[in-house]
Amino acid sequence: MDKVITVENLTFEYTRGENEEPVKALDGVSFEIDKGSFTAVIGKNGSGKSTLAKNLNGLLVPTSGSVFVEGYDTRDDESIWEIRQRAGMVFQNPDNQLVSSIVEDDVAFGPENLGIDPQEIRRRVDKALEDVNMGEYKDKAPHLLSGGQKQRIAIAGVVAMRPEIIIFDEPTAMLDPKGRKEIMAIIKELHGEGKTVILITHFMEEAIEADRVIILNDGKIMLDGTPEEIFRRADEIRAVNLEIPMMTDLGDRLISAGVKVPRGIIREEEMLEAICRLKSQT
Amino acid sequence: MPIKVTDLTYVYDEGMPTEQVALQNVSFQVEDGEVLGIIGHTGSGKSTLLQHLDGLLRPNSGTIEIGDTDITKHGVSMVDIRKKVGLVFQYPEYQLFEETVEKDVAYGPKNLGLSEEEAAERAREAVTLVGLDFEKIRDRSPFELSGGQKRAVAIAGVIAMKPQVLILDEPTAGLDPRTHDDILNIIRTIHQRTGNMIILVSHNMGDIASIADKVLVMDTGRSVAYGTPLEIFSREEDLKEIGLDLPPVTRFCKKLGIEETVLTLDEAVEKIKEFIGA
Repeated sequence: MDKVITVENLTFEYTRGENEEPVKALDGVSFEIDKGSFTAVIGKNGSGKSTLAKNLNGLLVPTSGSVFVEGYDTRDDESIWEIRQRAGMVFQNPDNQLVSSIVEDDVAFGPENLGIDPQEIRRRVDKALEDVNMGEYKDKAPHLLSGGQKQRIAIAGVVAMRPEIIIFDEPTAMLDPKGRKEIMAIIKELHGEGKTVILITHFMEEAIEADRVIILNDGKIMLDGTPEEIFRRADEIRAVNLEIPMMTDLGDRLISAGVKVPRGIIREEEMLEAICRLKSQT
Repeated sequence: MPIKVTDLTYVYDEGMPTEQVALQNVSFQVEDGEVLGIIGHTGSGKSTLLQHLDGLLRPNSGTIEIGDTDITKHGVSMVDIRKKVGLVFQYPEYQLFEETVEKDVAYGPKNLGLSEEEAAERAREAVTLVGLDFEKIRDRSPFELSGGQKRAVAIAGVIAMKPQVLILDEPTAGLDPRTHDDILNIIRTIHQRTGNMIILVSHNMGDIASIADKVLVMDTGRSVAYGTPLEIFSREEDLKEIGLDLPPVTRFCKKLGIEETVLTLDEAVEKIKEFIGA
């Protein structure tokens, strides 16, 4: 499998005040991201997950260690355009990401900066807006849209640059439940179309949609595996003040109460099935 | 102090082409000491309603009686409303501005006309009530604190004015699960200690189910339902129609075919045991 991102022993430090010791936001983190994969990175506030996201497309560069995006070293100033074209980023607050007063101009902003031919830009903008189901809003003003719609425009702006990798840094944290569902549906679609997706989140319901979950704690990787492997270790996850998916929690409580559902169920459908199977046995 | 809202109507840009009815004949009554949860889709009028309760907006018609004062009457001073009602906005930590935690929290009380000493005492009480160590934190810059602490300090700034009604607009938005629970527990503590009414708006149905005594459902500027969490979350179809979900555990038990409305995981375990006949 092709590796699109390689992170080697990444350490990132920042200083709070002039006379204070630097703080290690990331401490010796190493992993690789497969082309076309969907990885969720979870961790509590302050675990280093946003710092990690910003290191993955060169918004921040390592204090030591290295990050390669499709072979380009993020510390190399010359490569920064190559990296940004390959790894796009969607942030938490949609209001901070929109630059234009008309939706389609906003989506065109990225490709324009890449110096792409205007006709090609037209095609890309139309396609990107279609991808996020916002085609009919192309001549509307972004500030009149809902939070979820604005975030979809921000995603279209990244999609129009045709990056191989899209990094989502808590894209649903400021949205209402409807907006959150819309954005998760778009993320899954983009992944289905072959994009490599990295989703930083603290919603477990979102993390279980990924094929790989990385848990960061105190700037280090604590767990790395499939959602099933990760959430089987509920006690370790609770110990670092993270939540486990509701179904896993319910499963543990049922087992304690003597109901023999299999341990480590993370999805609703599986739990429904398990309970119905038990019912049919009695 | 009970609140009685009667036929509240508010129109944005009345008489202009952009005219929009934000609230239409909203009526409800909350008893003293209750926790009221307000739910509704984005744009349903929740925030407009809160701004009326805090006297920031005046209705086109209708009344808001807090205790025996109708705060919509001309001549009621803002200072009097502030003493009755405290509003914590969404993302209140963005409104921290002072050099130290103590000064930030004491700012409100000072504006009510209290002396330096009284305001400092209010700050101490409020910061302690939100679960922070006043001595440790009083001289620190609010901007150096963690996200959860910042929000707690912002809430303390409102509590320091000793409002008889505390209103919070999405107090847990954008927090990680642990900090989310911390803030909910702070709200519970405030409620236990003061015994005052708390009104909170949330998109998180689980929070509403766990903390509220009564739930008000808003849709397109109208109050469409009012009742206990059990009553409200038993009306799945009505909620779905206006784009609202059930709490996740409630929805799961309904899917399973359990008829009663379940609001907590503990209840769910009991009902599932009955369901499978164990």
